[in-house]
Amino acid sequence: MTDQTAPPPRHQTNPVLSVRDFSVDYLGAHTVHAVQHVSLELGRGEILGLAGESGCGKSTLAYGVTRLLRPPAMITSGQAVFHSREGFEIDISALTGEELRQFRWDKIAMVLQGAMNSLNPVISIRSQLEDVFTCHRPDMGRRERLDRCGELLERVGVERRRLRAFPHELSGGMRQRVMIAMALALDPQVLIMDEPTTALDVVVQREILDEIARLRAEFGFAVVFITHDLPLLLEIADRIAVMKAGRIVELNGSFELYTQPQDAYTKRLLASFPSLLGERGDFIRSGAYVPGADETDGKDG
Amino acid sequence: MRFYVQKLLFYVAAFWAALTLNFLIPRMMPGDPVSIILMKLAASGQPVTPETRQAIAIQLGGIGEGSWQSQYWRYLGNLAHGDLGVSISNYPVKVTDILQQALPWTITLIGLATVIAFLAGISLGIFAGWKRGSWLDNLIPAATAFQSVPYFWLALVLLLVFSRYLQWFPLGQGYDTMAFPILHPGLNWPFLSSAAYHAVLPALTIVLSSVAGWMLGMRNMMVSTLSEDYILTAQAKGLKPGRVRFTYAARNAVLPSLSGFAISLGFVVAGSIVTEQVFSYPGIGFQMWKAVSNNDYPLMQGTFLVISVAVLGANLLVDLLLGLIDPRTRARS
Amino acid sequence: MSNTPDPTPGTPPLAPPDLDLVEETGAVERVIERRRSITSLLPSRSPKLIAGLVILAVIVLYAIVMPHFVMDPRAISTDMLKPPGYGGHLLGTNQAGQDIWAQLAYGTGGSLVIGLTVGALATVLSAFFGVFGAYVGGAVDEGFALFTNVILVIPGLPLTIVIGNYVPVQQRGLFLISVVLAITSWAGSARVLRSVTMSVRNRDYVAAARISGEKTWRVLVVEILPNLIPVMASQLIFSVIFAILGEAGLSFLGLGANGTYTLGTILYFANQSLALTQGAWWWFIPPGLMIALLGMALSLVNFSIDEIINPKLRQSTRAAQRKWGLTPAQIKKSQEENLR
Repeated sequence: MTDQTAPPPRHQTNPVLSVRDFSVDYLGAHTVHAVQHVSLELGRGEILGLAGESGCGKSTLAYGVTRLLRPPAMITSGQAVFHSREGFEIDISALTGEELRQFRWDKIAMVLQGAMNSLNPVISIRSQLEDVFTCHRPDMGRRERLDRCGELLERVGVERRRLRAFPHELSGGMRQRVMIAMALALDPQVLIMDEPTTALDVVVQREILDEIARLRAEFGFAVVFITHDLPLLLEIADRIAVMKAGRIVELNGSFELYTQPQDAYTKRLLASFPSLLGERGDFIRSGAYVPGADETDGKDG
Repeated sequence: MRFYVQKLLFYVAAFWAALTLNFLIPRMMPGDPVSIILMKLAASGQPVTPETRQAIAIQLGGIGEGSWQSQYWRYLGNLAHGDLGVSISNYPVKVTDILQQALPWTITLIGLATVIAFLAGISLGIFAGWKRGSWLDNLIPAATAFQSVPYFWLALVLLLVFSRYLQWFPLGQGYDTMAFPILHPGLNWPFLSSAAYHAVLPALTIVLSSVAGWMLGMRNMMVSTLSEDYILTAQAKGLKPGRVRFTYAARNAVLPSLSGFAISLGFVVAGSIVTEQVFSYPGIGFQMWKAVSNNDYPLMQGTFLVISVAVLGANLLVDLLLGLIDPRTRARS
Repeated sequence: MSNTPDPTPGTPPLAPPDLDLVEETGAVERVIERRRSITSLLPSRSPKLIAGLVILAVIVLYAIVMPHFVMDPRAISTDMLKPPGYGGHLLGTNQAGQDIWAQLAYGTGGSLVIGLTVGALATVLSAFFGVFGAYVGGAVDEGFALFTNVILVIPGLPLTIVIGNYVPVQQRGLFLISVVLAITSWAGSARVLRSVTMSVRNRDYVAAARISGEKTWRVLVVEILPNLIPVMASQLIFSVIFAILGEAGLSFLGLGANGTYTLGTILYFANQSLALTQGAWWWFIPPGLMIALLGMALSLVNFSIDEIINPKLRQSTRAAQRKWGLTPAQIKKSQEENLR
């Protein structure tokens, strides 16, 4: 985290996802501009953090890029282009019907907000995992499918015999692992994780984060990690985008963002979290004084 | 396993409650059935002696004979032997014989009509909930009107239009009583087709009146379910729309309809009893009406028992089915 | 490190409160459950609600005012079975030459009275067994729940018929019929109320009120009841519909209230006098239509209440879509995305 050599800017040389001038409105009597003219590049294999408080449009942006919005949410401008590792490009905004369906999960998989409710409560883990293969890999045989599902579970540290279980029989952490296993099923190049650890207790949260880091190292997918927990992002993300009222106010490497926040909002956001080591307060004060910063510092200083 | 034992025990308790109500009501109500029958006999000019009184009391299951406890035990004992007494209006035919003849008609008619209405209503509800704001979704207010139409009135209207004016269907009865004058014509094709022909309007009445209720309930649940996280996950997974609609949305949305089955079935049964009367359909409801209008207490209580058992049985079946398709119900018990 | 004392020790690390951006966008992310204000309990003015209330008002006014202007519904005449319009009879006459318009006016009132009485009684019963039981919890709740479920699976109308048949005709008044209908119809509502009460009971502010030692009745009335009002209103309307239909069924079988006109008794006499085979549709069509209209109006009102209880039902209706001002092309695109 504290390495001083600047990493090569992967997002410039080898992007996997480019978002350009992206806007989403919630239509209605008072139209809300939830995402406004956002542009960003996601490098192959990098972890990009998307931070901001609830309502800042970070989830809306992610759902917009993957075209999972429901009315009254509407994409009003911009496009998202996926650069496959095989060398071709897909303009996600232009996909229709069946193409869009086949694109989903195969290239970009998601672990959604409210992971506890992301699994269908009345069908077994096995058939929810198998669904992915029957839809995207129709040629796969029965035997192979079952094997793959078992492997996936083991890959995220869940026993194979849990295939038979129903969601209510699993703990919260285990359900989240199942969701991650499901997301990895088709070897996607991008994984979007929307508050994947919010509902979990701290120990389980740590385990899941380690798991994600390990799997990323193994399979090389890029991650868009959405959370309001900035300290967590500082730790795991390569770069962080801070969103406020539908705009990205700051986008920089984690270390730079942490040590030299440029935007006043980023500074306030950083200041509002108690620091574990206490060094952060010094940085901020050396940069610019932020009212209220010492209040939170005093607690652990 | 625990789930199934619990369910069975509950229905045994409910069955016992129905039996006991059936025992208590005649004994707690202000009217004295024995006197009412005696008055009727006297009015028709038959001699009434103290022996008549006693004979009637015995026929009514021993009302007023001995203590309540002994009456209750005798009542349960008679039931255990399948003895529901003798019908007064069809003297001396046993109540069980009348019920035995009427039951197949009702079970076939109401059973089939309910299954058709349930399936049609659920399908329409899935569609209306899936396509919010579609033409079907906007038929909802009209559907509520259908839901509030009394069954028997709809029966009268259908009869007026299709039997009296258009003369497409018969005015009543369960089969052509002219062509099949004997009591048990057997299950041959002409008889069955005649029965089916006669069942069209009664079945249509029940289906039309109950389909809207199933549809509204299913539509609302479908709408609620579609905003669940697991639906979004299923869509993000790129599943085929049909798979999302049925395995993820409809399968979950139908569960409350099934667990609310008891309430809905109560409505259907109530409506069907009166419907049978309009069509003079030879089922349990018609017998109940005849019993009511003739003060035939043993027959009335018999019909109540049979209807209760049938409704309890249907609910038990649905509960077991629910346990089968919703793993959470099994876990909860 | 600063040694300034911390003036706000309890500041939660998540959701920092000093950020001034509690925007409208937050509302679309997730509806936070909190105590409802009074205005949010009132139905929004949807076309369905307005249509329902208008029809209801017209029918109620008709039932209250019209009996003062019509002839005696019992007065017989020699104009037997005359079609509508004959000799000043707006809806014609029946077998005994009685005016059907007059009977309809009185009958609507009778049905409404029964509906409201049963609705009130059933609501009280269901509140007792559903709300009180669920709030007290423990063995009382278990017992009440078992009792409710048993009553629920025993078929109501047949039971009503049996009870009704044992009551001598002279004693079978409007109130007695209402009581019988109420005791066979409260169980469904009680079950719904119980589950809602359980979920409200477990909310934090109710738990806080209980722990801080507020009296049971106070917690029930002040903290829990306001949350139940929409559900209870919906259940009340449902029982009124049930009662009007149930009474009509009972009366149709000849077990209705003695000496009172209801919509059911008109239908009973029509059926008894073979109005159908005589083609006297004007005798039995109007009372049934009146029941259907009344039921539809109540259901429409109930629909609006349901949309309060379950805000999801409000989304994506055609009215909402119109408000968004989506173009057909946008609608098509969104349907494509959702693979509808």
